[in-house]
Amino acid sequence: MDAVSQLQRQFVEYTTSLYREGYLDDQFTQLQKLQDESNPDFVVEVVTLFFEDSEKLLNNLTTALQQENIDYKQVDAHVHQFKGSSSSIGAQRVKNVCVVFRNYCDEKNLDGCVLCLQQAKNEYILIRNKLEALFNLEQQILQAGGSVPMMA
Amino acid sequence: MGVAADSQFHVLAVDDSIIDRKLIERLLKTSSFQVTTVDSGSKALEFLGLHEDDEINTNQPSVSPNINQEVEVNLIITDYCMPGMTGYDLLKKVKKSSSFKDIPVVIMSSENVPSRISRCLEEGAEEFFLKPVRLSDVNKLKPHMMKTKIKETDHHQFNQENEKHQEQNELEIGEAESQQESNGNKRKSMEDEALTRQNKTQIQWWPYCRFD
Repeated sequence: MDAVSQLQRQFVEYTTSLYREGYLDDQFTQLQKLQDESNPDFVVEVVTLFFEDSEKLLNNLTTALQQENIDYKQVDAHVHQFKGSSSSIGAQRVKNVCVVFRNYCDEKNLDGCVLCLQQAKNEYILIRNKLEALFNLEQQILQAGGSVPMMA
Repeated sequence: MGVAADSQFHVLAVDDSIIDRKLIERLLKTSSFQVTTVDSGSKALEFLGLHEDDEINTNQPSVSPNINQEVEVNLIITDYCMPGMTGYDLLKKVKKSSSFKDIPVVIMSSENVPSRISRCLEEGAEEFFLKPVRLSDVNKLKPHMMKTKIKETDHHQFNQENEKHQEQNELEIGEAESQQESNGNKRKSMEDEALTRQNKTQIQWWPYCRFD
């Protein structure tokens, strides 16, 4: 049982730090509340959809900003989508970059857009790594016979 | 088809984002609603059995509100911002349709734009939810669906009653049929009917009729 308690404590500390550092916001908690015995993988499923969708969007944005004549409306449409999906899963830092990104789109500011795209990629990779680590911890707890602590 | 006995509400959710579709589906299922999700306004109309170019067609009061009987929809919840047909366009089409105008429509949007909100409400949307949508928002949906369920039950009963009873409820039915617009009268005659009918399932709805 000691291994389980250690893992559980690790889980709680890690999750708390993600909220404290602004990687996650309350929407992530809302997702966890929707998970139950009948839908035990809900959070992983939604987050996986987010990962797939994000990678597509980031690729599209990269292509869009490499065009000779940049269609800022198209760029903005992609960013809008990215902002929406990151907001829906509680990926706060990604969402915040998107907000700034959209302003640069409105201004048709290429340098600003390119900078934001890079930041969006960085933040996406960060949250992806952190969520994967979190899910990994959950798996370890479950495999050790424990239950995953509910974060209030 | 037992309308009164079907106690589960069916929600049609429209959103172009796969993540948001997954989320809204889970929120709705958690609230024990039956859910169908589609990724566009045109697919929503297709599902309803309404063609994009359909205008108000028939004035026959005895026609059931849901012509396509297999797809009874009690509420439509749609994203505002979608490529092609926006949620607002979908709302307008539904409200212009004689068959579906009574289906409550709820709009969701990630952007808090007051003029957008009032425009949607003016066009007949019941609610406007800011995304990300939460369970507390979804909890507001049931009352809207109860109203519609009662109206539909009423329509079916009018069809049945018309064939059977020619004396007792004749005046009330006549009034209700000619006053399709007036919700107040409709509800009143429904309540009267609910009291006089022996049907146990109909009486089950009685407490919910009180919702206003």
